[in-house]
Amino acid sequence: MSAHSTSPEITFHPEHTGGTKKIWKTFWLLSVITIIELGIGLSIYTIHKGAHPNATLVLMFKGVVCILTLAKAYYIVSIFMHLGDEIRNMIMTIVVPLCLFIWFIIAFLWDGTSWLNLRNTDAGSREYKKTEQVQKQQPTEKGAKD
Amino acid sequence: MSTTAMPTNTKWWNGGRSPFNASYGKVMMWYFLMSDAFTFGAFLISYATLRFSLNDWVDPNHVFNSFPLAGSANLPLAFVSLMTFILIFSSVTMVLAVHEGHKMNRKGVEKYMILTIIGGLAFLSCQAWEWTHLLTHMHNVLVTGPQGMHIEQWNTTVSHNAFGLEADKASVLSSLSHSSPAALRDLIMEEDHSATLASLQNLSLSQLVDKVTPMINEGAVHVSTPGPISFGSYFFEITGFHGFHVFSGVIINIVMLAKTKLKHFELRGHYEMIEKAGLYWHFVDLVWVFVFLCFYLI
Repeated sequence: MSAHSTSPEITFHPEHTGGTKKIWKTFWLLSVITIIELGIGLSIYTIHKGAHPNATLVLMFKGVVCILTLAKAYYIVSIFMHLGDEIRNMIMTIVVPLCLFIWFIIAFLWDGTSWLNLRNTDAGSREYKKTEQVQKQQPTEKGAKD
Repeated sequence: MSTTAMPTNTKWWNGGRSPFNASYGKVMMWYFLMSDAFTFGAFLISYATLRFSLNDWVDPNHVFNSFPLAGSANLPLAFVSLMTFILIFSSVTMVLAVHEGHKMNRKGVEKYMILTIIGGLAFLSCQAWEWTHLLTHMHNVLVTGPQGMHIEQWNTTVSHNAFGLEADKASVLSSLSHSSPAALRDLIMEEDHSATLASLQNLSLSQLVDKVTPMINEGAVHVSTPGPISFGSYFFEITGFHGFHVFSGVIINIVMLAKTKLKHFELRGHYEMIEKAGLYWHFVDLVWVFVFLCFYLI
């Protein structure tokens, strides 16, 4: 490593003087994942345009896109941000707090689903029915406010 | 890439050295980015909660289907892909700048910082175009007012969402005579490309209604109902907050470029500031990956 010590606190410097091959490999990987995502996005669009959209298939495609996005996030953080080159202590001090997101996402999506259920059953007082269908008979008040 | 062997049996927590093997500034940059990740995460999760609570949301392919200079061509996902690739590419040039910094190559750092700044500015220009398009482009919406139903022309703002479900034909037909001539002219021109504003200008409301009625019966002309209002607020809030991060990232990168040119880092003996600015810039790219997922793909 040609760079001088950045700080006396640093015990050793990871080797960075290698080629740029890894960076370009990551770039192509991210591009390919993005193109796959776009392909899936366009498939969802085509499915929606069809006469009978297959809800399960759309949901499955959306799940795949989410997983691909997490893969992209992993490569950006690990390679571009060099977190993968840091020592274990450093990785853990960043990754462990981020695990809070697991609770965060589950709790709030659960909340949204429960909210939808209350909306469609009038807080449990009637059969489950999409409110949109109810609104069509007595046209929306919302438009007037806008 | 730790080809330099890590010293074995290092007592990381015994003091005298950073337990993270990183300088104070770099560790604090990581903690800041972590807290920023929670801010963006909270925004996106609240958006998801709201979406989960509604029966219908907006079809992104319907909202984001235009491209500069492409007129009214239907090009879903095209423009946002361009924006995504611009940001990925500027991330690559940033990491190359950091790489040149490790090699103490000032000229290389300068070159890649300039490319990164250009990428950031290109992204911001794209976003400016997209916002302008949403705020100025009008859509026909079937609105229920005190006098019954009529067709209005709406742009996309924090209080107006023209991308609801499609209105049924009967409602649209009954609304025509209560609508403004301007809205009817727009409906006609949407289907009949030979019609011009000038040729329709002299027609009375009832003549316009006669002209547009068969188009609606054939299903050639579509009118939507108002969509969930929160769409605009969430879209402008989250992309605006992200765009502000890009903007501040560009400013930081410009400062870093100036400091590189003034040889500040060369005299200091290391380019760690470029590394820290790079962390911020990559984070901006990382957030965009999730914004792209939540607003445009699903």
